[in-house]
Amino acid sequence: MSERTEHVDSVLTYAIVWIALLAATALTTAVAYVDLGPFSVVVALFIAVCKMLLVALFFMHVRHSAKLTRLVLLGGLLWLGILITLSMADFLTRGWLGVPGK
Amino acid sequence: MITAAVEEREHYLNASYGIKSWLLTKDHKRIALLYLATITFFFFIGGIFATLIRIELLTPKGDLVSSDTYNKLFTMHGVIMVFFFLIPSVPATLGNFFIPMMIGARDLAFPRINLLSWYLLVIGGLFAIFAMVAGGVDTGWTFYTPYSTSYSNTWVIATALGIIVAGFSSILTGLNFIVTVHTMRAPGMTWFRLPLFVWANYATALIQVLGTPVLAITLVLVFCERMFHIGIFDPALGGDPVLFQHLFWFYSHPAVYIMVLPGMGILSELVSVYSRKRVFGYGFVAFSSVAIAVLGFLVWGHHLFVSGQSLYAGMVFSFLSYFVAIPSAIKVFNWTATLYKGSISYATPMLYAFGFIGLFTIGGLTGLFVAALGIDVHVTDTYFVIAHFHYIMVGGTIMAYLGGLHYWWPKMTGRMYPEGGAKLSALVIFLGFNLTFFPQFILGYLGMPRRYHAYPDEFQVLHVLSTAGASVLAVGYLIPAIYFIWSLRYGAVAGANPWKATGLEWQTPSPPPPHNFEETPVVTHEAYDYSATIGEAVQVG
Amino acid sequence: MASELHVETLALREQFDTASQQKNASTLGMWIFLITEIMFFGGMFLAYTAYRSWYPNVFGAASRTLNATIGAINTAVLLCSSFTMVLAVRAGQLGKRKAIMIFLSLTMLLGLAFLGIKGYEWWEKFQEHHVPGPSFHMEGTPLQGQAQLFFSLYFAMTGLHALHMVIGVGVMSVLLLQAYRGKYSAEYYTPIDVGGLYWHFVDIIWIYLFPLLYLIDRHGPKP
Repeated sequence: MSERTEHVDSVLTYAIVWIALLAATALTTAVAYVDLGPFSVVVALFIAVCKMLLVALFFMHVRHSAKLTRLVLLGGLLWLGILITLSMADFLTRGWLGVPGK
Repeated sequence: MITAAVEEREHYLNASYGIKSWLLTKDHKRIALLYLATITFFFFIGGIFATLIRIELLTPKGDLVSSDTYNKLFTMHGVIMVFFFLIPSVPATLGNFFIPMMIGARDLAFPRINLLSWYLLVIGGLFAIFAMVAGGVDTGWTFYTPYSTSYSNTWVIATALGIIVAGFSSILTGLNFIVTVHTMRAPGMTWFRLPLFVWANYATALIQVLGTPVLAITLVLVFCERMFHIGIFDPALGGDPVLFQHLFWFYSHPAVYIMVLPGMGILSELVSVYSRKRVFGYGFVAFSSVAIAVLGFLVWGHHLFVSGQSLYAGMVFSFLSYFVAIPSAIKVFNWTATLYKGSISYATPMLYAFGFIGLFTIGGLTGLFVAALGIDVHVTDTYFVIAHFHYIMVGGTIMAYLGGLHYWWPKMTGRMYPEGGAKLSALVIFLGFNLTFFPQFILGYLGMPRRYHAYPDEFQVLHVLSTAGASVLAVGYLIPAIYFIWSLRYGAVAGANPWKATGLEWQTPSPPPPHNFEETPVVTHEAYDYSATIGEAVQVG
Repeated sequence: MASELHVETLALREQFDTASQQKNASTLGMWIFLITEIMFFGGMFLAYTAYRSWYPNVFGAASRTLNATIGAINTAVLLCSSFTMVLAVRAGQLGKRKAIMIFLSLTMLLGLAFLGIKGYEWWEKFQEHHVPGPSFHMEGTPLQGQAQLFFSLYFAMTGLHALHMVIGVGVMSVLLLQAYRGKYSAEYYTPIDVGGLYWHFVDIIWIYLFPLLYLIDRHGPKP
């Protein structure tokens, strides 16, 4: 059960990822000024997820890491998803019945 | 090894002396004992609050204490018992002591973090005790807003800080256990050769690391709202008190599985050794531990059925809540099947195991009642719920804990407890427990609300029975406290394996040497291989 | 047969049998810690999601009072610090003491720059009376309560993030000191590695905070 043992990524690899992250930041800022209606938040989150993946896979070496590491990371994200999704099942359905308090 | 007298051989208790050798220890066994002393202390503090509550409830009028004081009593009973006794209890004492030994390791992965965990519990406890002494807190252990954030004039912040700090203790313990089980198993100790106690604590550790941080941030937000008026839950601003409840119960429901899963792990050990049989359906029991941990995170909304949560969410949570009973039931079936055609011994730990099986089953079944949305509307916030969770926490967890304590006492101390007195107190506890809490099911069903100290006259008989039971229960808990201490000096000297149990912890002397094993063990067989034991072998299930 | 002669060093603590076991444990331990942090911040992300879904217009208006350019610049600063951090880890893998020190120092400087800019932003908010409390007032809406909710979340989330940055800078300074003392080599650079994981994680939190707080509704309300 070993982590990435001898894998030393090149400075170039890291630099490309870095530039990509900066570009994504500029993109998400610029796109925010365009009226996309309800898709604004989708686009913004999509770009944020891409940035997160770049940082995780390359800077945090997840792409070289053991399956357990990836499982741990996925588990954490999944659990955050459970917290938000099941709670929003309440927040988004309040008042659906037209009965006070329900 | 040579059976020298306990005093002559070096072991973890006599390897070094002095207070610094205990307060700065990195030895998981010593840290376990530090925890044992701490949580026992908190148990008796929580018990004092319970005593006062039960005395007040002897009479229908609220005449022993004022309503405000009564609010403080049940709050502090809950806070102390949940956060400073039950949550740490099994993992931090028996888990800390035995997980490294059961996997054949010298210590946990992070011994200094283990010690830090203990200090965090103590510091958190000091905050809580300060709050108690300075005047108390009256919000209920559940800290519902906006009362806790805007209206209560009691020591909410101090208590919340204490719980936050204790929460970090719990998180670090969980982290330590997970890393230990993944990386420190001895050669040959595969996952499916692990004792089920390890599986149970591993699953518990998953809950600790995933759930506790949410409690921490929630209490931090309460702190901010109270201290800096940064209103997140304030309805006057458009905030939602139910948001607090979602955040709080996202942790606090899985927390109940933190409190019971390790006890289930103990059960697997006890049922196996005292039937001289391997646990029936090992794989099912192992997976059900993880299943409980996972499913336990999907059901918290059943605490919010009448809170103003949307009806649709209520239905979703009610539906999901039925599922979490399944893995628990699987365990009970498997323990029962283990008993079948076993060579049963009625030693004290086994008496506690039997008690657990019966009482946990009642508690679990009544959990299904309250999981049903329609029933819960009537029994929520009544004594029915109180009885339900005390059947699990006290009838379940504390019984298992006492069973485990008795089982492993000879290993930890090198001494046997007195079997006669122990059997007696087990019986007293069982009778006292049922007399205390069974009437509460009836009370709740008849409409007695929780957190009230004044009630209609017709409920008095049941309350008197309950208080009588509580007195018996208190006596039952005091007896072991006395004889355990007595046994340290006068108990019969125990050998390495007085129960002739399998498991790596029994293959080393009692008390164990500082590094647990003279040589790192190599494991070649399954966990509960009783076919190899002399004499009492029974067919392997 | 494992001898009991376990010499405890930084490179091998006595509870471990091999260096690789220790490294695996340390790395796994840090990853688990990071998911506890995901859940810790997660509670506030839930509060944000709930209230933004209930009050989208006020949240949009409140978001527009933040300076998106400064926010974007600060995001870039943090991303640069992640770049220098991973270069520090790489230097660790190669056992290059000087490079480790240089890149750790750059990371710290960029982190401090981020904190400085953040502090300036907060000061601005204070000037504009956008700090929740009795003197709160945001122009342009009668729904002051909802606006306060946005800013409560803004300060709580960026505040908690800033606290983690401060801790991160502290961790970096310890690593820098240890690197200076020559404690790290190609065989043992684990603290830099796990320190880097922490740093990148704090960066990822900001990667989400920036669009969620600054870019809710930059194009303004519908006419």
